[in-house]
Amino acid sequence: MSTQDKLEQKKKQWEQNTLNKALSKFPERKTEFTTGSSLPVDRIYTPPQDCQEKYVEDLSFPGEYPYTRGIQPTMYRGRLWTMRQYAGFGTAEESNQRYKYLLEQGQTGLSVAFDLPTQIGYDSDDDHSLGEVGKVGVAIDTLEDMEILFEGIPLQKVSTSMTINAPASILLAMYMAVGDKQGVNNTQLKGTIQNDILKEYIARGTYIFPPEPSMRLITNIFEFCSEHVPKFNTISISGYHIREAGSTAVQEVAFTIADGIEYVKSAIKTGLDVDSFAGRLSFFFNAHNDLLEEVAKFRAARRIWAKVMKEKFHAQNQKSLLLRFHTQTGGSTLTAQQPDNNIVRVTIQTLAAVLGGTQSLHTNSRDEALALPSEQSVRIALRTQQIVAHESGVINSVDPLGGSYYIEHLTDEIERQVWEYLDHIEKIGGMVEAINKGFIQKEIQDAAYHYQQDIENSERIVVGVNKFTVEEAPPKDLLKVDPQLRKIQVTKIDKIKQNRDNLQVKNNLKELRSAAEHKSKNLMPYILDSVRVYATLGEICTVLRDVFGEYQESIVL
Amino acid sequence: MSSKNVRILIAKPGLDGHDRGAKYIARALKDNGYEVIYTGLRQTPESIVQTAIQEDVDFVGLSLLSGAHNELFPKVVELLKQNQAEDIIVFGGGVIPEEDIPALNQQGIKAIFTPGTPIKDVVSFIEKNRKT
Repeated sequence: MSTQDKLEQKKKQWEQNTLNKALSKFPERKTEFTTGSSLPVDRIYTPPQDCQEKYVEDLSFPGEYPYTRGIQPTMYRGRLWTMRQYAGFGTAEESNQRYKYLLEQGQTGLSVAFDLPTQIGYDSDDDHSLGEVGKVGVAIDTLEDMEILFEGIPLQKVSTSMTINAPASILLAMYMAVGDKQGVNNTQLKGTIQNDILKEYIARGTYIFPPEPSMRLITNIFEFCSEHVPKFNTISISGYHIREAGSTAVQEVAFTIADGIEYVKSAIKTGLDVDSFAGRLSFFFNAHNDLLEEVAKFRAARRIWAKVMKEKFHAQNQKSLLLRFHTQTGGSTLTAQQPDNNIVRVTIQTLAAVLGGTQSLHTNSRDEALALPSEQSVRIALRTQQIVAHESGVINSVDPLGGSYYIEHLTDEIERQVWEYLDHIEKIGGMVEAINKGFIQKEIQDAAYHYQQDIENSERIVVGVNKFTVEEAPPKDLLKVDPQLRKIQVTKIDKIKQNRDNLQVKNNLKELRSAAEHKSKNLMPYILDSVRVYATLGEICTVLRDVFGEYQESIVL
Repeated sequence: MSSKNVRILIAKPGLDGHDRGAKYIARALKDNGYEVIYTGLRQTPESIVQTAIQEDVDFVGLSLLSGAHNELFPKVVELLKQNQAEDIIVFGGGVIPEEDIPALNQQGIKAIFTPGTPIKDVVSFIEKNRKT
């Protein structure tokens, strides 16, 4: 009898003798158990068949293909992940103060949140900006705001992540111009621009232009940066917002990788060599509460991306195969009720990200279901990462959950279901088509709807929301953004427009327009010339809107 | 009590892209038998009021998570008044700090539903305030 047969026999005996006896006396709480994303969960998992052969093929060693166990051989034994708190609000001056505070508290990288007008290409004095200036991030209208934002922060010493998509080229240009003024060479600049437009159409909503010119801007950036800003991550392909919109863990990975495939295809189509840009692609995922499902998700994502890059795109350079990712804990898991409970949720999610092998992490603050986080809440969130890093011990061995029967089963199952989605999207004609047809949006919305229904009828328990509730006093000390902020920004814009060389601005914008009209031109140099003479973000986007048109949302309900 | 013929517009004012809640409410209200119209993202108060009047709705539900509610919610009420449509009842939801709610109520936003509100609370609000 083979070892595998012995195992099966032993399992049957266990079921008949030990288990059934227990079940007859103590039935289980539910007939079916599932993960947070509704994958079925068995009572117990046992070693799979051909356990060792499977190890060599599917897991291998960290730092080796298919990177299931991590992208580096030593992981956190070498260097900890980057602790990077997403922050920004109000004016550039206020945000600059918050960044300096976070750096003093031991944060190791910056992450800039921009307000919605900046993200959608409107100046603060635009009618569309009413009520939104400085609210969810910092307001940037011209290079002057960027100069203030990084005042006293030497750009060669920090890495800066910027959550900016449709106008990513403009903010990157401003960052480069700030570097120039600080005397920092562009080749020394380190950081990431999100620059992931496809998920904006699906889940996040800060699109400006239609897919085709948007994809052009993205590949322009890939090309430009590989030569001039080689240490910058040119994109952060994001599942985070897909998950926040209500997707399952499987959908988060599937749609993110499908977006990644679309960007790679598009860059190759314009003539770029895959290995010239693939090493600068980075990813961004969510960490939710189902700890083990999330760990399996990260491991599956790494394995799938390595296979995609090797087998589909024939990348040769090892760096092109690595799925390097940032993680943020799940905003939608935070509750407005009993907000201190969120600290515990964030701790579980931090563990998920770290046990899943993240390269950087943002931990949410307990009060974010209520308002922008206060300074005290941000500190607790950062301390959560520091406690996991320095006290929990989970960092001492690489991929410490690897080999858990359950984790390996979930990793395989998530991978299997992701491939099914990828095949289906390929059949539809790629991600742009799948978005245009509303397929992706519908899949996410159905998942979100069922999730919420489960909470409504208490099949899913959210502590403090549909169980264990208490009467509580309204929370105090929430951060408030000054409603007068728009006036301050408008005054700044007026002053700049009086003092800059307006003829030069006009000329440079004209050059930009004519370049935009020629599909073969790379727009980055023209955008740089425009920001350097203090053309506003809105002025630059207006030129591009004129030439490219605007995206119209396809509403799927 | 029949929910027939009650028409509800669910709208996203401002530039905020968080539409999970708005879409959930729209679909759940539809499942409760109401006629529901959803505007999509990036609506100005003007365009919301125009749609509300054109579609002859009884309720407008505004969803906002970006913090611009103090500016944009009252603007919708004000424009409804200016267009002699003050009989349309306005309610809202999203990330709205507790301390902002009294002022919003005073300015004519009839109810604010914060995260975690069960759909039955929204339904009972509509049933209580609908024209019979």
